[in-house]
Amino acid sequence: MDLHEYCSKELLMQHGIPVPHGVVVSSTQSVTAALKQLGTQDIVVKAQVLSGGRGKAGGVKLVSKAEVEPAVQAMLGSRLVTKQTTDAGLPVERVLLEEKTEIKQEFYLAMLLDREHKSITVLASKEGGVDIEAVAASNPEAMVQIVIHDAVYSYHIQTLGRKLGLDKSLYPALSDIVMKMYGVCMSSDVMMLEINPLVLTQSDQLICLDAKINIDQNALTRQTKLSAMRDFSQEDKDEVEADKYGLSYVSLDGNIGCMVNGAGLAMATMDMIKFCGGNPANFLDVGGDATEERVMHAFRIIGQDPNVKVILVNIFGGIVRCDLIAQGILSALKQVSLNKPVVVRLEGHNADLGRKLLLRSDLPLYANDSFKEAAVQAVQLSKEA
Amino acid sequence: MSILLDSKTAVICQGMTGKQATLHCKQAIDYGTNIVGGVTPGKGGMEHLGCTVYDSMIEAKEQTGATASLIFVPAAFCLSSLMEAIDAEMELVVCITEGIPCYDMLKVWKRLKGSKTRLIGPNCPGIITPGQAKMGIMPGDIHQPGCVGIVSRSGTLTYEAVLQTTQLRLGQSSCIGIGGDMMPGTSFVDVLQLFEHDEQTKVIVLVGEIGGDAEEQAAAYIKSNVTKPVVAYIAGVTAPPGRRMGHAGAIVSGGQGTAEGKCQALKKAGVIVVDSADQIGAAAQSCLD
Repeated sequence: MDLHEYCSKELLMQHGIPVPHGVVVSSTQSVTAALKQLGTQDIVVKAQVLSGGRGKAGGVKLVSKAEVEPAVQAMLGSRLVTKQTTDAGLPVERVLLEEKTEIKQEFYLAMLLDREHKSITVLASKEGGVDIEAVAASNPEAMVQIVIHDAVYSYHIQTLGRKLGLDKSLYPALSDIVMKMYGVCMSSDVMMLEINPLVLTQSDQLICLDAKINIDQNALTRQTKLSAMRDFSQEDKDEVEADKYGLSYVSLDGNIGCMVNGAGLAMATMDMIKFCGGNPANFLDVGGDATEERVMHAFRIIGQDPNVKVILVNIFGGIVRCDLIAQGILSALKQVSLNKPVVVRLEGHNADLGRKLLLRSDLPLYANDSFKEAAVQAVQLSKEA
Repeated sequence: MSILLDSKTAVICQGMTGKQATLHCKQAIDYGTNIVGGVTPGKGGMEHLGCTVYDSMIEAKEQTGATASLIFVPAAFCLSSLMEAIDAEMELVVCITEGIPCYDMLKVWKRLKGSKTRLIGPNCPGIITPGQAKMGIMPGDIHQPGCVGIVSRSGTLTYEAVLQTTQLRLGQSSCIGIGGDMMPGTSFVDVLQLFEHDEQTKVIVLVGEIGGDAEEQAAAYIKSNVTKPVVAYIAGVTAPPGRRMGHAGAIVSGGQGTAEGKCQALKKAGVIVVDSADQIGAAAQSCLD
């Protein structure tokens, strides 16, 4: 789960990590009161959406105090389209107002849970405030990677300070930030904590100008304070709904809806559709046991996508018998009016029995026992529709 | 021969009295698995599926002589159960549980180093040696004793590979689902090494997916250490970058972990990489002709 910038900064502040003084507003009425708390003449106005590339998209503005209210008004209620969002963009429901920071130098500093090293790893670069993936691709030499095995030691800080070209007098401040970042990661189940940029101010202070935190989805039940910060307005509404019913759903831009049991088989089904000349409309894992209730919700959610012309169901009946799954599919289809052809491929325990049940129904169903032929059939139907 | 598990392996089930565990333990016992007891704290002394339930792993081990543990404990409590199994020096621990927090797995990883335990999973279908025993949730009846060793990050996609090799009468030596999490206890490399040294295994099937670099590491290992033919299929060619595809570990991030990169690495290592999941069995057969 991604945290908004203002939530990330609140978390950093709680751990004593320096961030600019700021106030978040969700209406223009609260701007005047907010500005009284801010000391600088110029104010940074930042749209709070869960996407990178906000600056170039007009989501970050440096204005005088007098211009803050119109700037906030323009942002609130609008949708910000960045190069990382869809064309529809993301709704701006909150705006962060911050004191202006006088910048001397910008760095990149991040900590992430590193699956390859089974550790927390620090990534840093002298080139901050820019698209770090581009830096990593064009100038990998500029990136520093430090694996933290069990704790942060002074040699880590010295290495980091040297690579960033910091004056030795700043090492204590850097150490303080890195130690505390490590603490944030360990205590808050952080998958990724990105400070971009970390700034050296004109008065030689280190401060986190922007912050992005991602929390482990599996840890949300124990991170109750953080999970309460989840902002559903920033997520795809079909994906949020699917999540409620225990379905893994990712919407894509094709026209063949997919319902599959198991994540690996669901990906393989998308790939097979592509391999046969079609385009998948989604990834959907209905769960290993494919119960009737989940199948019903899955059909409903796939059916909500206006691009979907045909649905391909690919179920491997392992523990659950295919005849039971077929019955579940039939009664789910009766509850949801789809008006779209459905190709079903059932394999595994009692697959023949399941197929017979499907073929006997008067619904627009096609039953196929071959994975590939089912995909070919779905692709054909998608082109005819 | 087979790897890690046979009909004699004495297995304890942690969390045995739960609904899912009961269903799968019953099927495992029917398949021939030597399940010798269960552990559910607070339910010690109870009888379940013809086995005695113990309060702790140490007690269960002392009373039964078990060397393996199958874990069905819910994610929020699983860290303690994993540590308990490692502390009881179980040689093989198979963890089915999905959704264990990553920082819990980080602790488990540190504890596993230098321990006597091999952990399979979490978030996996488990391990089966066809005709002998199974520790997991896979349907036993699609398997057949034979010569293909299967290792996979996915559940149902493994069953596809199993069914194809059964239908072609190749059968399987052992099948291991290493799981879909970011930090699995056992890697492709670990299992490749076991299959390479297993006499029954004539050909190895590797089923990978997007995310991480386990397939690239497997490719490097195969190139210098594996003499047996290897067939691979990688799921997620069409998966968009930056999106998690069901499994916690299935995500392409920063251009790393793409299906294309994995296929190329495996091809360079001499592996037969198939384009679609329905070709796995035929490719395995072609290696034996």
